[in-house]
Amino acid sequence: MRRLECFAVAKLETRNVSVEYLMSRTQQRVPALRGVSLCVEAGEFVAIVGPTGCGKSTLLNVIAGLLRPDTGSIRLDGVPIAGPGRDRAMVFQSAALFPWRTVLGNVAYGLELQGVGRAEACSQAREFINLVGLAGFEESFPRELSGGMQQRANLARALAVRPELLLLDEPLAALDAQTREYMQNELQRIWMQTRHSAVLVTHQIREAVYLADRVAVMSERPGQIKAVIPIDLPRPRSILSTQNPQFQALEAQIWNLLQLESLSVAASSRVG
Amino acid sequence: MLDTRDIAASTEAISSDRPSSRFQLFKKYEHTILAAAGIITFIAIWELLPALGLVQPLFTSSPSRILIAAQWLAANGLWNDIWISLTEFSIGFSLAVLVGVPLGVLLGWYRRWHAVFDPFITMLYTTPRVALLPLLILWLGIGLGSKIAVVFLGAIFPILMNVTAGMRTIDETLLQCARSFGAKDRQIFTTLALPSSVPFTLSGLRIGVGRALVGVVVGEMVASTGGIGHMMSVAGSTFQTDKVFVGIFLIAGFGYGITSLLNRLERRFDSWRPRGA
Repeated sequence: MRRLECFAVAKLETRNVSVEYLMSRTQQRVPALRGVSLCVEAGEFVAIVGPTGCGKSTLLNVIAGLLRPDTGSIRLDGVPIAGPGRDRAMVFQSAALFPWRTVLGNVAYGLELQGVGRAEACSQAREFINLVGLAGFEESFPRELSGGMQQRANLARALAVRPELLLLDEPLAALDAQTREYMQNELQRIWMQTRHSAVLVTHQIREAVYLADRVAVMSERPGQIKAVIPIDLPRPRSILSTQNPQFQALEAQIWNLLQLESLSVAASSRVG
Repeated sequence: MLDTRDIAASTEAISSDRPSSRFQLFKKYEHTILAAAGIITFIAIWELLPALGLVQPLFTSSPSRILIAAQWLAANGLWNDIWISLTEFSIGFSLAVLVGVPLGVLLGWYRRWHAVFDPFITMLYTTPRVALLPLLILWLGIGLGSKIAVVFLGAIFPILMNVTAGMRTIDETLLQCARSFGAKDRQIFTTLALPSSVPFTLSGLRIGVGRALVGVVVGEMVASTGGIGHMMSVAGSTFQTDKVFVGIFLIAGFGYGITSLLNRLERRFDSWRPRGA
């Protein structure tokens, strides 16, 4: 439960954020997030893990400004956010690439929206296409790319707007196991080059430990932050580091936190 | 002796070697070969039945009679009829595209305009457009005008409704993505709504072509002084079955040509369709 509080001015500071959904069928208000506070320091990579449906993605959407919280505040560099902004960029689980745009056009999309001229947007986009390892595929259309390559383009598009904060919503969840491991490594390499402040939502505990500086563990719905585990493992981490006892201890610790969670839910539902 | 043995040997070599590749050639063009075989058989039967006296050529005509009629017509005003019908079709259809696409974009984007226009569109769409012909003739006469109007009315609704639907079916994740990059409404319109409506628009055009052709033919049959439909109507009422068939084939061929062109175009833009639509 360490470091729930923030330093003087954190990069991202979410304080006491709650979100309720209105179920249209029953007209009931269902709490999705309850009093979530989380900080991300500049240049820090924070992963969020939690049981399915705990509101991880909801939290990310709130930070992105796509969803308005019912209570609480979100500050980026100390400034409250109001709606989606150019200072944050989201990487989606489904690559969400525009099928009518080439890789280059897709990566340049965010820049074009910001009014950067076409030539300038393209030259900047190329830089990030190279960074994510898609050089040579600038003129390919998304349907011509594999799942892993689509996610590279997706990542490049988010990086190209040079966001203050990178939001990753299970970006590797749709990939097959082998590609996923490879892409985890790639994600680390790219992040170590750019050193963005980043928030990653993932289902995989190992992925969280592998990539993050800190892992926030969330509880069942309504989602709350149960614990924040610092991962003080040296970088670059590799497949060998995952066999390191320290890595496995951290993994087990998070596992236990999540398992306790599901046990307590099972118990309470039995009582209820 | 030597020669024949050589030939035998070589044919053997061919037959032991070739069948598989010949079979593969057949497999490759299987569809085309079967389709051609079907058409040839049909034409042969059609030609044979009246020739054997099994059916009356007055009713069924036959391929050779149709060819002769086509040659005669070509020398006696068929081109003029084609020209008239083509003019009606192209002016009416172009107007339908010019009005239908922008109007569809407008109605797909602004929900309030859609609410205003929806009852009219639905009502006109469900009314067979040829039912309006008496009115159109009353207003516009039996010349080009009434035919252009009925073609226009036939084609515009499928175009309009498909474009509207296309503007409204935006892929949810792409919309989220655009919003997360801070896209303004105007930018969502140009970068997302317009491109994703393209495949729908093409479907609308394809359906519109069919409706427009109905308009041309029925319009000319009801009241006109020229055109393919007029020619068919005159030929039909004077028992010139061969000429009626010439008209049928011209219209069917024209419709088939344009529709398959649009089909091909549509397939190229298939990946633009929002998922699940």
